[in-house]
Amino acid sequence: MATRTVSITVNGETHTRDVEPRLLLVHFLRENLDLTGTHIGCDTSNCGACTVLLDGKSIKSCTLLAVQAHGKAVTTIEGVAQGGQLHPLQEGFKEKHGLQCGFCTPGMVMRAVELLDKNPDPTEDDIRWGISGNLCRCTGYVNIVKAIQYAAEKMQAEEAVEA
Amino acid sequence: MQPRTSEKICGMGHSMKRKEDARFLQGKGNYVDDVKLPGMLYMDIVRSPFAYAKIKSINTEAALAIPGVLAVITGETLAQYNLHWMPTLMSDTQMVLPTDTVMYQSQEVAAVIATSRYIAADGVEAVEVEYEPMQAMVTPFQSMEPGAPVLRTDKEGKTDNLAWHWEHGDREATDKAFASADVVVREKMHIPRIHVASIETCGCVADFDPVEGKLTVYMTTQAPHAVRTVLALVAGHVGLSEEKIRIISPDIGGGFGGKVPVYPGYVVAIAASVVIGKPVKWIEDRSENLQADSFARDYHMDCELAATNEGKIQALRIKTVADYGYTDAAANPSKFPAGLFSICTGSYDMDTAFTEMDAVYTNKPPGGVAYRCSFRVTEAVHAIERMVDVLAQKLQKDPAQLRFNNFIQPEQFPYQSPMGWEYDSGNYPAALQKAMDIVGYEELRREQAEKRARGEFMGIGISSFTEIVGAGPSKHFDILGIKMFDSCELRIHPTGKAIARFGTKSQGQGHETTYAQIIAEELGIPALHVEVEEGDTDTAPYGLGTYASRSTPTAGAAAAKAARKVRNKARKIAAYLLEVSEEDLEWEPGVFTVKGAPDKSTTIQDIAFAAYTNHPQGMEAGLEAVHYYDPPNLTFPFGSYICVVDIDKGTGEIKIRRFVAVDDCGNIINPMIVQGQVHGGLTQGLAPAMYESLIYDEEGNILNGTFMDYLLPTAVETPNWETAHTITPSPHHPLGAKGVGESATVGAPPAIVNAVVDALSPLGVTHLEIPMTPPQIWEILNAHGVAE
Ligand code: FES
Ligand code: FES
Repeated sequence: MATRTVSITVNGETHTRDVEPRLLLVHFLRENLDLTGTHIGCDTSNCGACTVLLDGKSIKSCTLLAVQAHGKAVTTIEGVAQGGQLHPLQEGFKEKHGLQCGFCTPGMVMRAVELLDKNPDPTEDDIRWGISGNLCRCTGYVNIVKAIQYAAEKMQAEEAVEA
Repeated sequence: MQPRTSEKICGMGHSMKRKEDARFLQGKGNYVDDVKLPGMLYMDIVRSPFAYAKIKSINTEAALAIPGVLAVITGETLAQYNLHWMPTLMSDTQMVLPTDTVMYQSQEVAAVIATSRYIAADGVEAVEVEYEPMQAMVTPFQSMEPGAPVLRTDKEGKTDNLAWHWEHGDREATDKAFASADVVVREKMHIPRIHVASIETCGCVADFDPVEGKLTVYMTTQAPHAVRTVLALVAGHVGLSEEKIRIISPDIGGGFGGKVPVYPGYVVAIAASVVIGKPVKWIEDRSENLQADSFARDYHMDCELAATNEGKIQALRIKTVADYGYTDAAANPSKFPAGLFSICTGSYDMDTAFTEMDAVYTNKPPGGVAYRCSFRVTEAVHAIERMVDVLAQKLQKDPAQLRFNNFIQPEQFPYQSPMGWEYDSGNYPAALQKAMDIVGYEELRREQAEKRARGEFMGIGISSFTEIVGAGPSKHFDILGIKMFDSCELRIHPTGKAIARFGTKSQGQGHETTYAQIIAEELGIPALHVEVEEGDTDTAPYGLGTYASRSTPTAGAAAAKAARKVRNKARKIAAYLLEVSEEDLEWEPGVFTVKGAPDKSTTIQDIAFAAYTNHPQGMEAGLEAVHYYDPPNLTFPFGSYICVVDIDKGTGEIKIRRFVAVDDCGNIINPMIVQGQVHGGLTQGLAPAMYESLIYDEEGNILNGTFMDYLLPTAVETPNWETAHTITPSPHHPLGAKGVGESATVGAPPAIVNAVVDALSPLGVTHLEIPMTPPQIWEILNAHGVAE
């Protein structure tokens, strides 16, 4: 099959590869770049396990072709911690026991990154609707909600200090 | 319960943050699809579009012509090696790939091996299969009809579609009790077919090394050792012997029972790797997973309860027709074809009970795994908890009061149930009272009365369940003859750090943390210094795996016992180091002190170092122990749940306003993890009560085989669970613990149904089938002219 050359910046590093036009972004990340933190949980765009950021917006990477991400910036779970420091969301998930098997977790975290970016002070309802495109089978969501609240508070406090 | 150890040691009772989280939070988990081996090939599966059909021909030519397609494996290929059939864990049999007939929609028909995932999928598209469809039998009632075609013609002499018949209890005494009872209530209920739907599907990477003759299989399995033994038994004739098989169960993205059985895909991938001599990866799509494996439930129960006019329960009778699909592929202990369904007398003291079951073959995928439950306990609990409410409604008694009047009382433990179980411990009134206090029961009943007067529908539902977990005592419990003990191998390093290996396998339950805490509790070595490993059959001690809430009752107990063996040796070394006799030593976690001389002491770390550098002459060097724990009895966790619902008269929507769960799982190792298990379990109880059910049409086509239409609760549907606990230790478990992973899944559905029935009871509603959907509720409201 004919290939196309794509150039995608992932977690700050630009990768240029020849790929089949039908290659899904999630497979590009997992198989071409060995970034296996982004998971696959369904084939109908329902579970959100594959969520990554594309130019800062959370998207389901199973629903996008790698060629559609050409020239864009992708952030995956591997790129969330900065300078050996966990992101407040990662910390929140650990503190509040927001993960069990961990399979939905990368997608949940990536979705929550955008959620808090857009809405730094979400209500419980905002959070629940905000992650309603991400399925978790283990936690019953209560602690995921708490984890996101934890991160929101921490990030706001940090911002207040910086300001 | 106050922890006995310091925060630093972090033994039992501490809400220690999980050790495994660091890798999961940074995308460094190692799930099966993350495994990438040099030269690895990919497998994809051709599946049947029909539920029941003859295969007339399979044409693989076009597929094989695709560059990158290396092989197409069919039933005929496997038949050459006599590998086209395999045993199920229930000693039934199952096709790996068919040679002539398909028995359910989405059954595996052929496998394409290719150099990439995408090419394998192209190959699947190109395989041409010609079928001759036959009329499928989709319900057990159809296949039980006289003259129905016999599905399992592979079984010699089979003349009907009955898989097995099972009876338990005292039929005669029960019939007598019913004949003379003041009151008999009866209700038929269907517990529909549902799917565990862990967010990670099933899959494997089979890697056969032709030079060493060794097969390594990375596999989503909850029971790696059992799989290794089964493989050695079924593939011995093609040269695979047990020491040359290594099963590695990597990180698992949720199991819930669905990753206990051995599915055809695993076997075909293994066969392909052995034949081709290269690693072969097979990962199911979600639709394949939903359509072809991991089914649970599908019980049609006819339940009766006999009682006095005052509401004293006397007897229970349940007759069940169970739909097992094309083969019994459950993973029950072999002496218990219906699992532990005989816990159906629940939390209530009654004179007698009897239950019987017909397990029936149909043209549906192989059924019978336990969706987060200890072998059919969920169905049993649903039956009794619903029936108690049906009785309360009939006698116009408060369902809480009726429960209090019938509970097995605390002083009756150990309690001998009419079904032959010995319940280890319990305090049912305390749990129910606590739940009622938290929810404000009396106040809610007053509110309900007011609302009823105004024509509003609000309901309060209770479930006071008893579970039976921790299989199990080797006298009665085995899978394919392998006894259901479990194990821990504990090794203390010279610097006082430790590694512990287990026969179980976490799928999210947090074993790396809780097992470390058990060892910390027993030895005073900080839990952070205890490395926990599971899932590799080359290194872990033999055990039957993680399901049926058995890890804490079995392997958790083994950890305590192994640690105590280590402590016994440590005491000898301490006596030697402190130059006193063993009896003169006192133990507190981590330190031996000479009685009456508080300044003379030695730590477990010093002792560990001495075990390798300065051990007493005549004693073996080193500090380690293995324990295989054979539990003397099962454990009986319990709880009382109260659900409060409001019904929307306009839409029929059920709004769960509150849900209070009081659980008692004995002594608690990590309260944070226990609470997490309860949250997850409750959500998997909510799911079948209100959303999940696999639906088939008359042709046997599955109508909701994707995540678009098989509805898992999202964060929006899931209420804010309120949890609490009481603690009634197990008298026979070394730590007094009981296991909790499944309690909530088992206990929640009847609480929710009871609440909705209670809400609609002014309309004469006495029962609702699950899942209770808005249209179903709206129809009822509409029929009574009260829909808005
Ligand atoms: S894998 Fe399920 S939404 Fe992308
Ligand atoms: S933690 Fe297992 S699916 Fe969310």
